[in-house]
Amino acid sequence: MDYYNLLTTCAFIHLLVSIPYAYSNYVENKAGQFFSSGHTNNWAVLVCTSRFWFNYRHVANTLSVYRSVKRLGIPDSHIVLMLADDMACNYRNPKPATVFSHKNMELNVYGDDVEVDYRGYEVTVENFLRVLTGRLPPSTPRSKRLLSDDRSNILIYLTGHGGNGFLKFQDSEEISNMELADAFEQMWQKRRYNELLFIIDTCQGASMYERFYSPNLMALASSQVGEDSLSHQPDLAIGVHLMDKYTFYLLEFLEEVHPASQANMNDLFKVCPQSQCVSTPGHRTDLFQRNPGSVLITDFFGSVRKVEITKDTINLTSSLKPLIQRSGSGDMQIESLTYVDQLPVAEIIHQKPKQKDWHPPDGFILGLWTLILLVFFQTYGIKHLKHIF
Amino acid sequence: DSDPVGFDSLDLNERRGRSTDAELDRRDGTRTSEALTPAAAARDEFQEELVIRPLHSGDIYASFQFRTLWDTDFLQEGQKVSHYRLFPKSLGQVLSKFSVRELHISFTQGFWRTMQWGQPFIPSPPGAELWVWFHDTVSDVDGNWKELTNVLSGIFCASLNFIDLTNTVQPSASFKPLGLGNATDHRFLRYATLPREIVCTENLTPWKKLLPCGSKAGLAVLLKSEKLFHSSFHSQAVHIRPVCQDEQCTSKAWELRQTLNVVFDLYTAGQGKKEWSLFKMFSRTLTEACPLATSSKVYVDITDNPELFELSPATPLLSQAVVLGDRRTYSVYDLSRAETFGQLRSLNLLLRWKGDGEMLRPLLHAERYVAGFGLQTGEIHTVIYNNHPYRAFPVLLMDSVPWYLQLYIHTLTVTSKSRDNKPSYIHYQPAKDRHRPHLLEMLIQLPPHSMTEVTVQFERALLKWTEYTPDPNHGFYVGSSVVSALVPSMVAMNTNFTQDQPLFSSFVPVKEESSYFVRVYTEPLLVNLPTPDFSMPYNVICLTCTVVAVGYGSFYNLLTRTFQVDEPSLPLAKRLANLIRRIRGVPLLT
Repeated sequence: MDYYNLLTTCAFIHLLVSIPYAYSNYVENKAGQFFSSGHTNNWAVLVCTSRFWFNYRHVANTLSVYRSVKRLGIPDSHIVLMLADDMACNYRNPKPATVFSHKNMELNVYGDDVEVDYRGYEVTVENFLRVLTGRLPPSTPRSKRLLSDDRSNILIYLTGHGGNGFLKFQDSEEISNMELADAFEQMWQKRRYNELLFIIDTCQGASMYERFYSPNLMALASSQVGEDSLSHQPDLAIGVHLMDKYTFYLLEFLEEVHPASQANMNDLFKVCPQSQCVSTPGHRTDLFQRNPGSVLITDFFGSVRKVEITKDTINLTSSLKPLIQRSGSGDMQIESLTYVDQLPVAEIIHQKPKQKDWHPPDGFILGLWTLILLVFFQTYGIKHLKHIF
Repeated sequence: DSDPVGFDSLDLNERRGRSTDAELDRRDGTRTSEALTPAAAARDEFQEELVIRPLHSGDIYASFQFRTLWDTDFLQEGQKVSHYRLFPKSLGQVLSKFSVRELHISFTQGFWRTMQWGQPFIPSPPGAELWVWFHDTVSDVDGNWKELTNVLSGIFCASLNFIDLTNTVQPSASFKPLGLGNATDHRFLRYATLPREIVCTENLTPWKKLLPCGSKAGLAVLLKSEKLFHSSFHSQAVHIRPVCQDEQCTSKAWELRQTLNVVFDLYTAGQGKKEWSLFKMFSRTLTEACPLATSSKVYVDITDNPELFELSPATPLLSQAVVLGDRRTYSVYDLSRAETFGQLRSLNLLLRWKGDGEMLRPLLHAERYVAGFGLQTGEIHTVIYNNHPYRAFPVLLMDSVPWYLQLYIHTLTVTSKSRDNKPSYIHYQPAKDRHRPHLLEMLIQLPPHSMTEVTVQFERALLKWTEYTPDPNHGFYVGSSVVSALVPSMVAMNTNFTQDQPLFSSFVPVKEESSYFVRVYTEPLLVNLPTPDFSMPYNVICLTCTVVAVGYGSFYNLLTRTFQVDEPSLPLAKRLANLIRRIRGVPLLT
């Protein structure tokens, strides 16, 4: 009996001890998985390269990816959004300040809280490459820079009109796949990314990632070489096609994803098969070191915040000096200040325009020549006059 | 009751200030004690107001003004301002870093129609406009200007970095400072416009974030972009300048005014019915005042009441103000009082039109257009109307024309009532190709009840092919002309500066009673420059290659190809027979 009791109590205690042990093991596994991807911050560069009203769908594509990325946690300060033309406040838009992705105006992807960093004529190949490589002029504000480091996961999304080996920017210039591959190599050598996901939605999009040669790149495209990417559905009230097929189904897929989701890249590769998209989406993972099945969607579309918990107290010393409030000068300054006259007519009329170069006073040259002639005739007499005239 | 959040931080400020002030007191007893009382320690205050003016055409004009007044000195040597409360930190840092004395920036979509809507409270040209007065301690004004435009383009999400020396001018007589000061050396003034700049939600979002309450409380909850951009005119601006702190005007305070003017159209936003309410205009109603504001009011212009329209809910508060040369009566809704919101705890003003009326003709009005034909030459006409029946007054016309429209100033004519009208002051700075635009400023005396026309001929330049925009067939914009004038006022203007003046009447400082200052912007021009065909290189290559391949190829073949006669092939039996005959040495069959 005693022995039996002892055995059961031992088993019970053993169970009690092992459950928290198993639980902490589980937590450690989860934590380990959390930090296993090796990145500490997320960035996104979303570019729409088309101009003109009938390319509404490209702006809607970019804005729907922007919306998903913001919803999953990447803040505006880590997103560089480049839109080559303004569709929302375009005079042809029957509903200003909106960009819709679904027909019957179901979803406004423009929203109330959008911050576009590069817009209009600023979206050029040069600016795009400068943003990627970080070679911007010193006075560029922070919101226009890609301040990534070697532990950043970057999502790059391009959309517009393209062809075999090139992407057209604003109907006037183009970027080739070789330039893009070289830009990524520069980023790798400057340690500007940890892993990079490249998505492109154009005609013959797969040609743009053919030439990549830097490590840790994964690429997706909406169509193979020789195929066109097609647009999804028009809205009869707005009068243009609202989205491209690939990005439409990508948006529908991303709407199901939430910040704690475990969906991985293999699910992303299955988005928009040929039955839905008409074109064949392609992907490239040979340069990527991890297995795509172990890469979470939120590694690129969401945002990781690394939290370090510390138990020590930190003292914040206040080094603020209070502003010296008119110290002493309040007694001296009794003359009252006045506003400036907005249109001082008398002052303006008598204002002499400042001359930049110095000119001799009027009549000086004439006077000088008269003097010279006078002296000449004084010394040599008037008979020389006929030699002058 | 109106300052729950701010008072706590104020206490902290005060406590910190008091302890260190006490130390300084011990060290050098020259400290003034004014910093220690709570009233003086409240260094910044915020006021908000909305003015609604119904227009005779059935449209409605709403003007928001948010003012933050801060008693501090950004430009004091050795002191870095580090505690910001109501004043936004991003703008404060910009002011101190670039030694800015005054900054005015506006983003406008649409054009203000003076003849239909009257004069606006705060005028602005279409596109983006930026003018800045720098402090006279700045040594490199151009460098500061370039960096300032880049920083502002990041703050407001606009492409202000396109402002460079090719579209910046230094006006010599226009754009005098609107704030305190005495020195006005125009070398420290820079003015630039971008008429092509688009205004959309991405400009409104950072603008709203500069407000102390954001868009969560107070009047700013009405600022919904879907309604604001569905209008005939939308303009948002930021004005920063030093002002008098009190009535004696012995010390300066910084004033930040954020203004938003919007005109809702009767047919697009109003569905054709002459009935407006806050909900119809903004799709929101007001529920509370901003807790950080010392005053939060809504003014409705009822001068034409009750013949023209009726207003509900009624309010006992009335206020009269002299603004733009006219005495107007306003109904005031004070949002800091709970009874303004009534039973439903929300305020929704309703204005219903009852009749039609005629608007007073504005006294000053200007138009501009391009005349001529072809892509070689043209003529710019600026027409200024003086509608006053018997008074003449001077106006200052400022024109800034880009370098690619080469003006011929010897063809400049100014005519009033079909007679020559010689300006009393002309300042002309010619353009330098690709470096500087034209600047023309003239002080013209307008005779009463007349139309004055200023014409100048120009020639269009041919740009280099890399200088064209991606859509060159749209045309190139020329910024609006600015007409500044002191218009005679029908009613005596108020020259005293009082603290409780409504914001819309205290924007422009009034120096004399008989006239008020007004600035009118003309339309921007859109001119086509001679544009090459950008598909030309591709077409030429195709054509040339075709001609070369077909023409030269055929010629080469004719010269070098040799012809050989080809024997027809024999059937199998005859070939075998030929083989045997060859062995035998006998002539072959054909």
